Amino acid sequence: MRLFEYALVSGVLYGLFYGFIGVGLNLLFGVMRLVNLAHGDLVVWGGYLAYSLTTSAHVNPLWAIPLSIPLALVGGLILYLITVPRLRRAEDTETSSLILFFGVSQVLVALATMKYGTNQVTLPELGNPVMIFGQPYAASLVASAALAVPALALFYYYLYRTRLGLATRAVMANEEEAVASGVRVRRVATSAFVIGIAFAAAAGPLATFMLGGINPTTGGGLTITAFTIIIIGSLGNPLGTAAGGILYGLASSLTQAYAAPWTGMVPYALLLAVVLLRPSGLFGRRVRVA
Amino acid sequence: MPLVVVGAVLAAGPSLYNNLAFLTTLTIYILLAQGVNIVYGFTGYLPFGFVGFFGAGIYGSSLAIVYWHVGGYAAIGLGALTSVVAAVIVSPLLRLSGAYFALATLAASQALYFIVANESWTFGESGMSLPLLFSPTALYVLSVVAVVLTLVVVVYVRDSHFGLSLRAIRSDAVSAAMAGVNVVRTRTIAWLVAAALAGVAGALWALMTSAFYAETPFDLTISVYAIVFALFGGVRTVIGPVVGAVVLYSLYQYIGISNPQYFELIYGLLIVVLVLFLPGGLTSLVGGRGDRPAWWNRVVRRRSAPEVTP
Repeated sequence: MRLFEYALVSGVLYGLFYGFIGVGLNLLFGVMRLVNLAHGDLVVWGGYLAYSLTTSAHVNPLWAIPLSIPLALVGGLILYLITVPRLRRAEDTETSSLILFFGVSQVLVALATMKYGTNQVTLPELGNPVMIFGQPYAASLVASAALAVPALALFYYYLYRTRLGLATRAVMANEEEAVASGVRVRRVATSAFVIGIAFAAAAGPLATFMLGGINPTTGGGLTITAFTIIIIGSLGNPLGTAAGGILYGLASSLTQAYAAPWTGMVPYALLLAVVLLRPSGLFGRRVRVA
Repeated sequence: MPLVVVGAVLAAGPSLYNNLAFLTTLTIYILLAQGVNIVYGFTGYLPFGFVGFFGAGIYGSSLAIVYWHVGGYAAIGLGALTSVVAAVIVSPLLRLSGAYFALATLAASQALYFIVANESWTFGESGMSLPLLFSPTALYVLSVVAVVLTLVVVVYVRDSHFGLSLRAIRSDAVSAAMAGVNVVRTRTIAWLVAAALAGVAGALWALMTSAFYAETPFDLTISVYAIVFALFGGVRTVIGPVVGAVVLYSLYQYIGISNPQYFELIYGLLIVVLVLFLPGGLTSLVGGRGDRPAWWNRVVRRRSAPEVTP
C-alpha cells in the first residue's frame, strides 16, 4: 500500500512536469501543424544551460529558467524565419515539418555531443527530501512540480485571457476564417512558435532533475513522450495537456513500481491505444481521422 | 535500363571496393529505402517506424532458423512473411493521417522492440546467435538479386495501373474513390509490399550478422536513414533511393564510423536543406520527370502513365 501511495504521488508530481513539457509542443502543432521533433532536444539544451550555469558560475540551477527564455525567444525567431515560410509552401506541411525538425534535432544532438560529450550530466540536489503523506520525495522533484503549476497557469492565461491568445485559438480553429476576420495570422504564428520554443527550453533545467540527468540523446524519448501527452490530452487544449501529463505520469510510475522492465514501453503503448481508440484525445471535440 | 545499370554496378561492387560487409549492408539499405519509397513516395504516409518491419524480418527469420532449423532461403521467405503479418496487424494505423500515422508506427515499432527485448523465447536477454548459412560472397550475390527484383517491383508500381491508382489516392483520396479506385485495398497492398521488402532486408541482415541483441534491429536510426536515403535520392522514382543510399551510406562509411557526431551534424543540416530547397531529391536535378531525364524520354519516345497533379 505504501508503494502504491508512493507511486501515486510521484506519478502526479512527474505528471505536472510532463504537462509543462507538452504545452509548448501542443502550441506549435495546434497552430501551424508543425511537428516539432526537436522539441525534446530543446528541452535538453535548456538542461545543459542549467548545467553550465552551476558548473561555471556556481549558482542555483533554477536560475537557468529565466535565462533560457530570452535565449529561446531569439533562437526560436531565427529558426522560424529560416524554416517556416518555406515550409508553409510545401506540398504536405505536416510531414515535411516532421522530417525537417528531425534534421534540426540531429543538429542539436550533434552539437550537444561535441560540447558536452556523451556522458550523462547531473545537477546537484536542491535540498533535503520533502515529506508528503509521511514518505520522503526528492526536493528537486517537488520543486519541479511546484514550478510546473505556475508555468501551466501562465500558458492558460496567455491562451484564454489575452488578445494574442484569442487570435491564436482562432487560427487553431480555422486559419482561413481567422484571416477573413482580420487576424494577422503570420504574427500569431510567429508568436506561437517562439513561445512554444521558450516553454521547451524553460522546462530543461527541471528535466535534468526529473530524469536523473541528461545526455545528448535524451531528447528523442522526451519528444515521443510529449507527443503522447498532447495526443492524450487533445490538441490545442492546455488543460488537456496537463491532464494528459498526469495520466502519463501515473501510468509510468505505477509500471515502474510493479513491472519495471516494461516502463520504457508505457509512452508507446499509451500512444497506440489513444490514437486507435480515441484519436481526438480525451478532452477533444473534433475527431481527426483520415 | 536503370535495372541493368544498377545490377551491373552492384555486381562489379566487390572489385571496386573490397568490403563485402559494407556492400551487403548497402544493399540492405537500398531495399529499406525502396520500401520507404513505396509507402511514402507513392502513398504519402511517412512510416517513421519502418524499422519495426526490418526487426520483424530479422526475428522471424532468426527464430525460424533456431527453432525449426530451416535453410537460408526458407528463412528469407519466413522473414518476409513475418513482416507482412506484422504489417497486417498494424494496418489499422493506416486510418490515421500525417503526423499521427508517423508517430503511431514509431510507437508500434518500439512496442515490438520491448516485447522482443523482454521475452525469453526471443532471446531478449542472452542475445541471438545463428549458424552461418551463407558465405559472405553468396550472401552478397543474394542481396544484389534481391535489389534487382525490388527494382522490378518499383518499376511496376510506378508504371502500372496499380501505381496510377496509388498516385491518384495520394493527391486526393476522395476523388480517387469516386473514380472507382478501391482506396483501402490499394493502400494496404502497397503497405504490405513495402513491409515484405523490409522483411527480406531484415532476413539478409540476420544472415549476415548472425549474433546480435534486440537493440540493433529496432534502432530508430535505421528508419531515419532509410527515409533520408529515399528522400535524398528522390521518392517516386526508381533510381532515386538507390542513388541516395549509395551516396549517403558511403559518406557514413567514410566519416560516420570514426566521427559519428560530425556525420550527425552534416546529416541534420542536409535534411534541413533538402526539405527546404530540394524536396524532389537529387534526381529532380537531372531534369525531366523522376528518374527519366528529358533526353531519355526523347531518345526512346516512351509512353508513360499520365502524371497526376493535385
